[in-house]
Amino acid sequence: MKTSHRTLGAALAVLTMTALTSCGSGSGSGAEPAADGTVTLKYLVDNGQGAVDTAKAMTEAFMKANPKIKIEMETRPAGSEGDNIVKTRLSTGDMTDVFAYNSGSLLQALNPSQTLVDLAGDPAIQNVQKDFLPVVSQGDHVFGVPSGTALGGGILYNRKVYEKLGLQVPKTWDEFMANNEKIKAAGIAPVISTFKDTWTSQLFVLGDYYNVQAAVPNFAADYTAGKAKFATTPAALAGFQHLADVKAKGYLNEGFGSATADQGMKMLVEGKGAHYPMLSAQVPPLVDTMPQAATDVGFFGVPGTDPAKNGATLWEPGGVYIPKTTKNVDAAKKFLAFVASPAATEAVSKVVQPSGPYRITGAKLPDDAVQVAKDLQAYIDRSATSPALEFLSPVKGPSLEQITVAVGSGLTPAAEGAAQYDKDVEKQAKQLGLAGW
Amino acid sequence: MTRQDAGPRTGPGPALTRPPAGQAKRKSAYPYALYLPAAVVYLVIFLVPTVMAFYFALTRWTLFDSTFVGLDNFRDFLSEQNLRIGFTNTLFYAVVTSGLKVVLGLLLGVLLTSKLRLRGFLRSVVFFPVLVSTVAVGITFSALLRPDTGLVNKALAVVGIDGPDWLGDAGTALLSVALVDVWKGVGIATVIYIAGILSIPRDYYQAVAVDGGGAWHRFRHVTLPLSWPATYSVIILSFIGGLRSFDLIWTMTRGGPGFTSDTIASIIYKQYQAGFFGLSTAGNVLLFVVVTAIVVPLNYFLGKRQVAA
Repeated sequence: MKTSHRTLGAALAVLTMTALTSCGSGSGSGAEPAADGTVTLKYLVDNGQGAVDTAKAMTEAFMKANPKIKIEMETRPAGSEGDNIVKTRLSTGDMTDVFAYNSGSLLQALNPSQTLVDLAGDPAIQNVQKDFLPVVSQGDHVFGVPSGTALGGGILYNRKVYEKLGLQVPKTWDEFMANNEKIKAAGIAPVISTFKDTWTSQLFVLGDYYNVQAAVPNFAADYTAGKAKFATTPAALAGFQHLADVKAKGYLNEGFGSATADQGMKMLVEGKGAHYPMLSAQVPPLVDTMPQAATDVGFFGVPGTDPAKNGATLWEPGGVYIPKTTKNVDAAKKFLAFVASPAATEAVSKVVQPSGPYRITGAKLPDDAVQVAKDLQAYIDRSATSPALEFLSPVKGPSLEQITVAVGSGLTPAAEGAAQYDKDVEKQAKQLGLAGW
Repeated sequence: MTRQDAGPRTGPGPALTRPPAGQAKRKSAYPYALYLPAAVVYLVIFLVPTVMAFYFALTRWTLFDSTFVGLDNFRDFLSEQNLRIGFTNTLFYAVVTSGLKVVLGLLLGVLLTSKLRLRGFLRSVVFFPVLVSTVAVGITFSALLRPDTGLVNKALAVVGIDGPDWLGDAGTALLSVALVDVWKGVGIATVIYIAGILSIPRDYYQAVAVDGGGAWHRFRHVTLPLSWPATYSVIILSFIGGLRSFDLIWTMTRGGPGFTSDTIASIIYKQYQAGFFGLSTAGNVLLFVVVTAIVVPLNYFLGKRQVAA
C-alpha cells in the first residue's frame, strides 16, 4: 500500500509542478539575487489596516538599514479565507520568502515541521522573550519571531458613554448586564456585534478563557486530551451563554447580521454603541482618522462571576516565518532578526500605536500609548491575565465562528452550540491525530 | 400526441437508428492521430485528477502525505452536523433558481422576439449581468442589501416599508442570494429561449391567425409547447448550476448567518479551509454522485417528454 501512496504523491507533485511552471505564477518566492547583488524578498501579510501599517513600517526601516535587500509586500484576506490561502501556497511551494501568520494553534495546522525553516538556536531569535517561544514552536523546533504586540481580547467600551451615564467598569457579568440595561434606555446600542465578519463573533467565548481557567485550572490540558468538553464544563459553557443572553435581551445593534468589523469599530468610537467584544489591536489603526479612538476607547476583560477573580485574556502576537521553499534563506533570516529587534518595534510604534506589550527584550511602550494598552497593562501588572486557549492547546475547531454567529443571532441555543463545537473540536483532533480521541 | 417507443433513451436528439446488417461500419472522417493532442489534455487535466480524487477521498491527506483510512471520511462527512441544512438548502436553491429562470426567461424571450422598437437594446441589457464576474456581483449586491445604508432598503423606506436585514437574517439570506443568482443568470436563459422561439416555423403562427386566435392562443398553443427544447436546456443547465452553487453564496453570506445558508459546496469548501483535505475530497465525490443521480434521470424524463411533444 505504501508504494502506491508514493507513486501517487509523486504523480501529484509532477502534476502540480507542471501546472505551476506552465502557469508561471509571478507571486512565489523571489528570484535569485540580481547581478548587482541585491536580493528581493516577498513578504505576505494579511490585509487588515494594522497588519499592513506594521509591515510597512518594519520593511521600510529594514531596507534603510540593509540597502542590498529589497522587500515587496503582498496582502491576503484575514480570517479563515487567509488561512486557506496560506495553506495552499505552502503546499504548492508557491509561498513568499517570508510571511506573517498567527501563532498558537493555527500555526500547528500549517504542519510547520515539514514546511517552515527551523530557527532554533539561530541568532534571529536571540531577542525574543522566552515565554513567547512556545506559541511558535513544534517539539523543539522554533519557527517564527513575534510581529506586533500582545493584545487583549475582551470588551472594548466607549469611556465617554460610561462617563455620560455615570457607569462603572463591571467586575461581574451581572454588573455588565445592568450597565447594558441603562445604556439601552439611553438609546445607545449596548453591545455591538458584526457577524458579517464571522471571526468577530468568537470573542465572548474565546475572551472568557481567563474565567474558565480561574474556575477549572487544568481545563486546557484536559481539553487537549479529549477529557474536558465545553458543553459539560459550566465555566466553559458560560461564554456561549453570554452570547445568547445579550441577543435575547435585545442588546445588539440593528443590522448586526451584516455589519463588518470596520463598521463596528466606527460605531464604538462615535459612541453609537457602548461595548464591542473585540481584540485591543483593532484600536490603533483608527487613531489616524479618528484621534479620539486613542482616548475614548477603553478595555476590560470579559467579566465572570467572582469580582475578586477579575482578569483578562491575552492573545500573543502573530509571527513572521520563512517557508522551506525560499531561495533566499539568509536574507530572510536577516529580516526576521530585524523584526525581533527593539529597532523594529520603535519603527512600528511610530506608525501603529501598540495595543499591548511587545514580546521583544528591550522594547518599550511609548509614553503616549493608547488607553486600551494602558488598561491592558494594568491587568498585566496585577498578573490577572491568562493566554487564550488557542495558545495553550493545539486544538481549535474550524467552525467556531459559524457556531458563535448562530448562537449570537439566537438561531441555536447556547448549550446546543457548545455541543456542536465539541463535535467540531473532535473532528479537528482526529485530523491532527491526537492521542485520546 | 403519439408516444413513440424507441427503446431505452439517454437524452435528447433523434433516436439512434441501427445500421442494416451487412453494411460496413462508417469510417471515421479523420485519422485517430488527430484526436491525440485533445485526448492527452483531457487525460492529464481531467481524467487523472478525477481518478486521484477518488483515491484521496479514502485517505487522511495533508497535501504532503496521505494515510489510507478506508471509508472513514465518508462516514465523517455524512455525520457533519450541518449536512442536512446544506442538502436542503442546495435543493431549495437549485429548484428556486432554475424555476425562476425558466419562467422569467420564457417571458423575456417572448417579449424580446416581439416587434419592439428597443428590442436590440433590451436584449443587451438582459444579457449584460451574465458577463459580469460573479464575485463582483456578490460584493455589489452585499452593499445594495445592507440594512441601513443599502439602496434596496432606502428605496423600500420611500414607499414606507421597513426592509429586513436581507443577508444578516436567517430567514431571508438564502432567498436573497437565490434572487441575485436569478438576476445574474436569467440572461442566458433568455438567449436560449430567443433562439428556441425563433426556430419555431412561422406557419404555425399563420395557422393560429387564420383560425382567429389571439396573442394568448399563440403563446399557449404554439410558443409554449414548441419551445420545449429550450426549456429543457434551461432546466438542465441551471439545475446543475444550482446544485453546484458556491461562488455567489460565498461572497454574499459565507453560508451564514451561522449555518443557515450553507450549501453542500460551501460545507466542502469550509472543510478544505480547515485543512481536512481528504474529508473535503470525499465530500466532492459524494456531491458528484448526488448531482449525477439527480441529473441523469431528469435528463432522461425531459428527453422522453421532448420526443412525445
